[in-house]
Amino acid sequence: MPRKVQVQTKLNGEQVEFLCEPRQSLLEVLRDELGLTGTKEGCNDGNCGACTVMFDGRIVTSCLVLAVEAEGKEITTVEGIAAGNELHPIQQCFLEGAALQCGVCTPGILVAAKALLDQDSNPSEEKIRFWLANNLCRCTGYDKIVRSVQAAAEKMQEAR
Amino acid sequence: MQWFEYARPESVDEAVRLLSEHGEKARVLAGGTDVLVQLRGGFRSADWVVDIKEIPELNGIAWDDSSGLTIGAAVPCYRVYENEDVKKHYPGLVDVASLIGGTQIQGRASLGGNLCNAAPSADAVPAMIALEASGRVVGPDGARTIAVEDFCIAPGKNVLKPGELLVSLHFPAPKPHSGAHYIRFIPRNEMDIAVAGAGVSVVLDNGNFASARVALASVAPTPLFVKEAGEALAGQPVNDESIQRAAEIAKQAAKPIDDMRGTKRYRKHLCEVLTRRALHIAVERARGNN
Amino acid sequence: MSDQSYEPSMVLATKTFDVVGTRPVRHDGADKVTGRAIYGADVTLPGLIHGAVLRSPHAHARIKSIDTSKAEAHPQVRAVVTSADIADAGDKTVDLGEGLTRLAFIRNNVLARAKVLYRGHAVAAVAAASVHDALEALNLIEVEYEPLPPVLTAPEAMKEGASLLHDDLTTTELGKPTDKLSNVASHFRHEKGDIEKGFADADLILEKEFDTSTVHQGYIEPHNTTALWNNDGRIQIWTSTQGPFTIRDTTAAILEKPVSQVRVTPTEIGGGFGGKIPVYIDPVAALLSKKSGHPVKIVMSRADVLEGTGPTPGSHIKVKMGVKNDGTMVAAQASLAYEAGAFPGAMVIPASMCVFAAYDIPNVMIDGYDVVVNKPSTAAYRAPGATNAAFATENIVSAMAEKLGVDPLDLRLNNASKKGTRRADGPKFPRIGCVEVLEAMKSHPHYSAPLEGPNRGRGVAIGFWFNAGLPSACNIAVNADGSITLVEGSPDIGGTRTSIAMQAAEVLGLPIENVSPSVVDTDSVGYTAVTGGSRVTFATGLAAIRAARDVRDQMIKRAARIWGVDADTVEFEKGVFISRNGTENRMTFAELAPQLAATGGPIVGRAGVNPPGVGGSFAGNIVDVEIDPETGKVTILRFTAFQDAGKAIHPSYVEGQMQGGSAQGIGWALNEEYFMNPDGKMMNSSLLDYRMPTSLDLPMIDTCIIEVANPGHPFGARGVGEANIIPPPAALAHAIHNAVDIDMRRLPMNPVAVMEAIWQKNGVTD
Repeated sequence: MPRKVQVQTKLNGEQVEFLCEPRQSLLEVLRDELGLTGTKEGCNDGNCGACTVMFDGRIVTSCLVLAVEAEGKEITTVEGIAAGNELHPIQQCFLEGAALQCGVCTPGILVAAKALLDQDSNPSEEKIRFWLANNLCRCTGYDKIVRSVQAAAEKMQEAR
Repeated sequence: MQWFEYARPESVDEAVRLLSEHGEKARVLAGGTDVLVQLRGGFRSADWVVDIKEIPELNGIAWDDSSGLTIGAAVPCYRVYENEDVKKHYPGLVDVASLIGGTQIQGRASLGGNLCNAAPSADAVPAMIALEASGRVVGPDGARTIAVEDFCIAPGKNVLKPGELLVSLHFPAPKPHSGAHYIRFIPRNEMDIAVAGAGVSVVLDNGNFASARVALASVAPTPLFVKEAGEALAGQPVNDESIQRAAEIAKQAAKPIDDMRGTKRYRKHLCEVLTRRALHIAVERARGNN
Repeated sequence: MSDQSYEPSMVLATKTFDVVGTRPVRHDGADKVTGRAIYGADVTLPGLIHGAVLRSPHAHARIKSIDTSKAEAHPQVRAVVTSADIADAGDKTVDLGEGLTRLAFIRNNVLARAKVLYRGHAVAAVAAASVHDALEALNLIEVEYEPLPPVLTAPEAMKEGASLLHDDLTTTELGKPTDKLSNVASHFRHEKGDIEKGFADADLILEKEFDTSTVHQGYIEPHNTTALWNNDGRIQIWTSTQGPFTIRDTTAAILEKPVSQVRVTPTEIGGGFGGKIPVYIDPVAALLSKKSGHPVKIVMSRADVLEGTGPTPGSHIKVKMGVKNDGTMVAAQASLAYEAGAFPGAMVIPASMCVFAAYDIPNVMIDGYDVVVNKPSTAAYRAPGATNAAFATENIVSAMAEKLGVDPLDLRLNNASKKGTRRADGPKFPRIGCVEVLEAMKSHPHYSAPLEGPNRGRGVAIGFWFNAGLPSACNIAVNADGSITLVEGSPDIGGTRTSIAMQAAEVLGLPIENVSPSVVDTDSVGYTAVTGGSRVTFATGLAAIRAARDVRDQMIKRAARIWGVDADTVEFEKGVFISRNGTENRMTFAELAPQLAATGGPIVGRAGVNPPGVGGSFAGNIVDVEIDPETGKVTILRFTAFQDAGKAIHPSYVEGQMQGGSAQGIGWALNEEYFMNPDGKMMNSSLLDYRMPTSLDLPMIDTCIIEVANPGHPFGARGVGEANIIPPPAALAHAIHNAVDIDMRRLPMNPVAVMEAIWQKNGVTD
């Protein structure tokens, strides 16, 4: 029987270890081996962004990352955005701004939006739309998503 | 997806050894944004996936103003467009690195991968042809340099022999009064494959074109270097007429097909429009560049 | 791009409430932003194994043989099923909540019997230890096909001598069965007045033909299901669905089980828009579970979703309208030929109900054709059928306005349907808001904002959707601390568990935080029809209102008993029970609640409804575009959506529906379509080339909610989910026309199509 590979990585701030087949994507392993089902599969070929995670400081579509590539890297998923029991401003603003309807694209968009706000504290509407173009939403038309990202930017600036 | 073994060599030699040993059964993995989709969809197969992202020569960006720019084959797009030297000296590369896919794709996809994938629609290739880029390739028989315009030989096929690995891409230092631009047409505003694309570069000399290069995406079996279009500009005054003539030559050279992304007629038409628009912007950049 | 000072606006809100009309955070919010919410693909059970479905590569073929022996021999495979494992449906019919349909159409779509009728048609399935194993095992199933010629459009399928999909499908002609074997399942007609006389009276007649392409609902979450066929014969299913009771009843019918033996739990759902009403993989997963003795999960790939589930019909539409010089519409005629896909049931009836609904026209004739073609069996897609029809009607109405030299909104206003107007399909309108929507459009700053510059144009369009009532049930239990738990059966696609809770809270004078709503499985609540038809806030909301009133009435009796007074002397006002017999007895809801157990037992309120009094909704768009005349690319500069919500229970959710439907309409208008090659293969079955709008493709979508109260609902609510998708393609066509003077008659209006129309107008031939 072909052997699985042992991988050690830092996930949402904690050291974890898992076994996987080389052909398994990071998305698969997060969901099926590590029980972190917050990251979603929408297309499995990089076109919808529902599987977005932070990988080594950049947002990526985890369906196109092999789980074995996680060795020694740092990964953040939607489960790692809140600070313990306290929602991050981006999460709070999404709820107050009704920036989700079915919610399935929301984890990917939250990870992507947080990554944007961590590097640009006051992005323009154009910048937000460009940054999020790899994250499809079919329910909202993006209006309340963009406004909620703007609201979160303001909230985060006030907190500083 | 079929089962495969995964290797992560830490040197070029080790990578070449693995690729030589497994030949057609091995595939190189950089960003994975093309190859994983292909393996999953059964369009390519591999018993071995060789991850080259830990090899230093494939992952660096180096610039010096006499020899130019060297980008490792596996460097992801975001590092290209965030690099200060690239931003300053090669805006034509920033154009293309920031429009492939979307933000997440740009976090992984590489110019080298885009080239080796050899799709007719590869956005990076015309931009690199315009910038006179070449690829440094290392194989079991040694190293060689290949001009980017000679790299793709058929849809999805590149010129590499079994065991060969693209190590880096080299861009000569820009000449004074030069400018480059890549522009493509897509139906949405991001995420699409180019219906047509034009990468151009110009060198100006006192109100004339000293030289120019024009290359097209998605209108031939491989990205198309339209030598005649650039040659038609050399020595010509920088004005709308010369640019229009070059754009017409580009349109004539295009050999597109009808497919779900566009018709022949539409693509040929776009070649003229995009080449013209790209040349205007390249000229603007050249004028601003002393 | 958009007006930075935009504030969502509302018109004609005549009554204010305490909870209804506010914007609380949804009850499932924390789960949804932390990744905790359980969607169908997240379900896991002990011993879970994974299923995969083998689909036909041919658009039309006879199945000569299926050999599953090699797959069964695969060491990781636990079960294989084919059509042979399901009983034939014969002539059985089922009622899935929207009328009777032949069970055979559904059963034969779930697993093909004798013939495959579209590329993607399910033929067999396996269950194995892992998804990878299951996919490998599919390659070991050997199917022998005899390919047949496919038909891919309605006109093609309607021709004499066309290849027939079914050897037993005869046309029902104007309500009567015939012997004519055909791809036309039915031809029906609605008539009002005298169409010939109408056209004879007209001063101006316009007649055009239109084509719309097949488009998909495009929900981001693919279909999924987990099924357990337990050792006691009971089947449990966890699935992403808009209608757990539909899944239950259909699965039970297909597997010949009583519904009491089937329990369906709707997981959180990642979008549906109508596409998650039909049954696809649940019976298959259940059978795999029976054969393997394990729970089985099946998750569709994106390609399977596009090729194997129901998109909305492509269509060929002819519209002819006649108007007098004074702007009075006198005649309207439409021919609607809709592609049903592999099995009859194209949404052409709803289209016929909406095509001219916005206008009071005395003479109307509508012919509808339900036509089978070798494409996936179509499903509902947000106001199904109406968007295609409005693309045609609104084009003609705007063209008439242009020819008569009148404002396009004025022409519509002068002919707008009102209370009492009779639709061609029969019903008379109750109080509706067509006029109010048009007036709101006319007086909105967008309509009079200057739009300057070349290749720019503004367009308008309106649309109507009748909305549904249908059955819903609700239970409410009172907790000792004065809060309530509310249980209902409508999968929550956009926040409805909260808008339903708000309606109960309003009745009982409770703050919204004191209501805990849950969407439950089919064993835990009374029969509830699908989440669809814009019915949930209206009908399940009404069930919640009545259940809350039931709670209130029981608690009034209980207070009366505690006080020793007659129940008719006790009133309930703003959350307080007051005895009005001269005593000073008062008790708040929270004070009475802890006394219930000891004074007769817990109080549970309940209601089951199937309400009349459904309020239809009108929607409108004003859109500004700029065309790049060298590429045909359409850029939307500004977009305003208008809709009559009756009463916006939760205004943010109403705005969200308007914005979401607009975005889908825009995608439908500008880029989305199924590229079929002549063999019936979808060439663009991925989200790369099935091009849905990204965040960079849309501007802010400004909204204006109009509230013309629906007399059929205690708070005036009308369904809002659907009507908003109807106007965008028509409004964009109008804007494109005004920008570059071309007349787009085909959807999508993608850059190639616009460019070719510009070339044709300019006489460019090379």
